[in-house]
Amino acid sequence: MASDKVQHISDGEFESKILKGALPCLVDFWAPWCGPCKAIAPVIDELAAEFEGKVQIVKMNVDDNPATPGKYGIRAIPTLILFKGGEVVDQITGAVGKSQLTALLNKAT
Amino acid sequence: MPKADYQLVIIGGGPAGLTAGLYAARARLKTVLLERGALGGQVLTCDWVDNYPGFAEGVSGFDLSDKMAAHASRFGLETKICEITSLDLRGDVKTIHLDDGERLTAQAVIICTGGSPGKLGVPGELEFAGKGVSYCATCDGPFYQGQEVAVVGGGNTAIQEALHLNKFASKVTVIHRRQELRATKIVQEKAMASPLIDFLLDTRVQAITGGANGVTGILLEDKSGSRSTLAVTGVFIFIGVTPNNQLLPLTDLETDEYGFIVTDTEMKTSLPGVFAAGDIRSKSFRQIVNAAGEGATAELSAEHYLARLA
Repeated sequence: MASDKVQHISDGEFESKILKGALPCLVDFWAPWCGPCKAIAPVIDELAAEFEGKVQIVKMNVDDNPATPGKYGIRAIPTLILFKGGEVVDQITGAVGKSQLTALLNKAT
Repeated sequence: MPKADYQLVIIGGGPAGLTAGLYAARARLKTVLLERGALGGQVLTCDWVDNYPGFAEGVSGFDLSDKMAAHASRFGLETKICEITSLDLRGDVKTIHLDDGERLTAQAVIICTGGSPGKLGVPGELEFAGKGVSYCATCDGPFYQGQEVAVVGGGNTAIQEALHLNKFASKVTVIHRRQELRATKIVQEKAMASPLIDFLLDTRVQAITGGANGVTGILLEDKSGSRSTLAVTGVFIFIGVTPNNQLLPLTDLETDEYGFIVTDTEMKTSLPGVFAAGDIRSKSFRQIVNAAGEGATAELSAEHYLARLA
């Protein structure tokens, strides 16, 4: 389910907003047909609020934006990749709980 | 009556929990349903459900989840998205600690924590998770457009998901360790009729192999002990469920040898005021309709228990 609380980005915006963004960034690669993506959406919303100003959290629809998922070898969703200074810090695949996602985000701060 | 925040706390929002919640809301019990992700449970990851009564045309797992959640919420069921850190289910008042520091108390608890996909436990499985190894064809199938993939398992889920992968992959090989598939005949017939689905029966997966770009193949061994390699870029594993019991106080609750909770026919566990329903229960058959039915039974049992406390 698409969330309104988290910004959606496209392939075209990826470099400027994520790789060259001011803050570390967590990208939630998702698609509308993916149940587990829907499962973690409420937690992603909460974390976006909790980490505001520390980590930017965004979503990318892999159906509409095939280039970036291809570049990062994504073959499963949800995949969440944490970027800092244009580099991948760490990533998680699959629907996990809030505590694991919090631990991932803390790696950026 | 012992004092508590809630008469009933339901842990888990799959079909069992949502049905228990629907019944509890209609019974006007002060109830909260706790869920760590989204309402729907494993059904959310099912591509298509053709055996849930009332849905004569079939229904997507996604839509069925939504409808079950909407049904319970129509009668005012309170739900909370949170993670549990610990539980004390002994005594008249049950205590549930949440990750945000909150502590809930309840007179009765229904455990509907469900199951997670079973793991093969072979080399490469963990290493290539998300890089070719998948437990959700609905989620990951579209990444395998025009590629050759394997499905491991012979039950309903395995064959149903093989049929789903059929829409994307150029070839799907079903690998099952027994000679006979366990899937319902009508599902088997559909799969057998597909020119894109092959079967390797009496065959076990020994290892999943690959490189920096993910899975490239699987190592197989048949009944005679002869080994072979199958070149695939995706391995979809559907070999049953493991219990989501990690947070449960297993020393206080009777479980079977696999860690599923033992109940009687009224869904009572070994602890008074604690009930279990759905895939977390020790049982032979795990179906959505069973889970829903058990959720209803568990709630009615809980009502009966609460009435006697009063």
